[in-house]
Amino acid sequence: MSNEAVSLHNPDYPVPEELRHNIAITTLDRIYNWSRARSVWPMLFGLACCAIEMIATAAARYDPARFGMEVMRPSPRQADLMIIAGTVTKKMVPQIVRLYNQMSEPRYVIAMGACASGGGPFKEGYSVVDGIDKFIPVDVYIPGCPPTPQALLQGFITLHEKIEGQSITTVPWYRKGEGEAIPVPVLGPDLIDPRQTALIRNVASQPPDTSDAAQEPATD
Amino acid sequence: MSKTSPDTTTNDVAEILQQKFPDSIHPDDREGYSGIVVSPDSLVEVAQSIRDDFRYNLLTSLSYVDYIDEDFFEVVYHAYDTVKGGPALNFKARTPRSQATLPSLTGVWPSANLQEREAWDLMGIHFTGHPNLKRLLTWEGFEGHPLRKDWKEPFYEEDKKPFKSRWPEGRPDRAESRLPYGMNVQYPPGFTPDGWSPEGESALYDSLSTPMTGSGVDVQAIKTDQLVVNMGPQHPSTHGVFRMAVTLDGETITRLEPVVGYLHRNHEKIGERNTYLGNMPYTDRLDYICSMSNNLAYAMTIEKMMGQEVPERAELLRVLVVELTRIVNHFWLIGFLLNDLGAFFTPALYAILERELIVDLFEALTGSRMMCNYMRFGGVAYDLPPYIGGPAVKPGDKARHMDTMKFIKDLVYERLPRAIDQLDNFLTQNEVLVSRCKGVGILPPEAAVACGVTGPVLRASGVPYDIRRSDPYSIYNELDFDVAVRYNCDTYDRYLIRLDEIRQSLRILEQIIPGLEATEGQEYWAGKRGYNVRVPTGEHYGHADNPKGELGFYVVSDGTANPYRYHIRAPSLINITALEEMCRGLKVADSVVILGSLDIVLGELDR
Repeated sequence: MSNEAVSLHNPDYPVPEELRHNIAITTLDRIYNWSRARSVWPMLFGLACCAIEMIATAAARYDPARFGMEVMRPSPRQADLMIIAGTVTKKMVPQIVRLYNQMSEPRYVIAMGACASGGGPFKEGYSVVDGIDKFIPVDVYIPGCPPTPQALLQGFITLHEKIEGQSITTVPWYRKGEGEAIPVPVLGPDLIDPRQTALIRNVASQPPDTSDAAQEPATD
Repeated sequence: MSKTSPDTTTNDVAEILQQKFPDSIHPDDREGYSGIVVSPDSLVEVAQSIRDDFRYNLLTSLSYVDYIDEDFFEVVYHAYDTVKGGPALNFKARTPRSQATLPSLTGVWPSANLQEREAWDLMGIHFTGHPNLKRLLTWEGFEGHPLRKDWKEPFYEEDKKPFKSRWPEGRPDRAESRLPYGMNVQYPPGFTPDGWSPEGESALYDSLSTPMTGSGVDVQAIKTDQLVVNMGPQHPSTHGVFRMAVTLDGETITRLEPVVGYLHRNHEKIGERNTYLGNMPYTDRLDYICSMSNNLAYAMTIEKMMGQEVPERAELLRVLVVELTRIVNHFWLIGFLLNDLGAFFTPALYAILERELIVDLFEALTGSRMMCNYMRFGGVAYDLPPYIGGPAVKPGDKARHMDTMKFIKDLVYERLPRAIDQLDNFLTQNEVLVSRCKGVGILPPEAAVACGVTGPVLRASGVPYDIRRSDPYSIYNELDFDVAVRYNCDTYDRYLIRLDEIRQSLRILEQIIPGLEATEGQEYWAGKRGYNVRVPTGEHYGHADNPKGELGFYVVSDGTANPYRYHIRAPSLINITALEEMCRGLKVADSVVILGSLDIVLGELDR
């Protein structure tokens, strides 16, 4: 994002000399994105280890108030940004999807750390979701285990750049009709994503030994 | 290293028990094993005798092992004496794999409650007589019992690491591409999503809506409706993804059930695939505020099994980082206890200010702020760096560049005592804190011991039980410190004891600093520095007094490079056994404060 696009005032427009210091000319997109990007309220919501670094980031030394992000809202309805700070387990993911659905547009998601981005060190385990992006769209991924507060701030800045690149004419939340909620996963014999129902039915109708062979490469 | 192996007294007890129950007890004579094996029929009777006749009043750990080749499950109990101290009495019970049933010990020790539920959930051992045998960490309807040796996870590759497909070439592998679903799930053969409905949580709500007998709150007499309220798993005051299902009468709590497992990350299954050293970074992520303490408990367990000695400088460095961690943890707790009391974030800002300096030290020492991965079998990974860098602290500084020992001395002699006095001045006499905490959440000493509560919470209930004294490890028996204890058993005392413990930790640190200066340049890591260590066949339960309570590791080795069983006794999990007892009859808002004073962390609670 160039400086020119970020700066609000675009004096290329012919403003009469006597009004130069009283009138600023800009595009609606710029003023809209500028104000949105500087008041992104994160949801007060931590999952695991990364939440500790998120709290450390929210504390005095790193001071997210510099980015207009110090107001953490416990309610999803008042939050603009969901920071997935920690390992997403199968037992937790229905709640996360539900919280995401409850957030009002425009909403953003940061996957903080290795676990939220792809399962991290616990990916091989049986009860961990291998990346929250299997369920909800992610805007910014932050590597690290856990990411340092500096890395989280870098993620915030990246998110701001993304917000400033959006246009009011194309953003999904001003289109006609209602957006579709993400179907909430169900806890069955294992986690069931309702979007995969047909696939599960197809695989289950296969003879059992083929699906076993897919899961268990020969070991001995 | 100290006496964690059974000494004569435990052996005497085992012998007397054998004479008393000649038909139902035999010693565990497998090589490397200890303790006695009790037949299931007389397990409850023997347990009662152990508790009442021999005063092993604290059942800390209930571990369970799947001996698939011998075709039985073994449940291993470790009981301690909180008055005399000393090592554990270790007794076991076995049950065939095909029909795994054992009598429940919840009637003898309520601390078995959640641990038996965990054993049922993960190993499928049925405990007859358990009042509430539901799944704990997974959910009702989950297929199988994952810690059984013949249960395979969706991304299963091999039983043991390092995986042949990736080592030594280092090929990348995307586990998702091996599965038809493209993610970490598997379904039993023949499962179809049509006409299927989830089991849901009716079992939980049914158990909560029946009035509890003898609860002391007579709902019928007041003629009001009961209401079941879920607090969490997404709730700002539950310290992570903890959930309490609470039955309310008006605003008064009549029943409370903790619902956990929202951060269950399979430490144990992954730990059994890992090499011994490979588990070290995973222990960081148990109680993620106190990674150093977890490292120490695990390192000591394996060192004991290997018979590995630790050089003096390593012990000093270990105590340095572990006591600094205790200070971090207690500062953190105090800040967030005030958060729970409604003083949102301002006290916490002050309380975690000093944490930043301590994590700066950890970062300079280990390369990571939180996940230190610092201990090794036989020492520590790095010596203190000569200089400590860090972000600027004063205007005009480019960066901090300070002699490490000077930095530590500044912390221990100046900043930390000042910070703790400041908190003490601001908070201890604060009217809100006093009125919300004094007399709230009483946990009597007998109930605390029965529920298996350990750590500062137990000591705030008037039981001076500290593993650093009762079963000393590292160099704690050479250090001069008092076991902090408070006698009012309420939330206020649980707050005060944290202040006491910080002061005692500072006392320990002051004794460590001269030793660190005297041993400069000495060896800090003895033993083999390879990727793999060989651990002789056998079992061992190692434990340490962590800031949250007794963290224990029960490790079974079969002589290979990977642990056969790797069980973690998590203080956070077992401490919440007492939560219902502490909250009953109080208001909802109090439960939040009580939970805050219990000091749980979900990474360890759910593992």
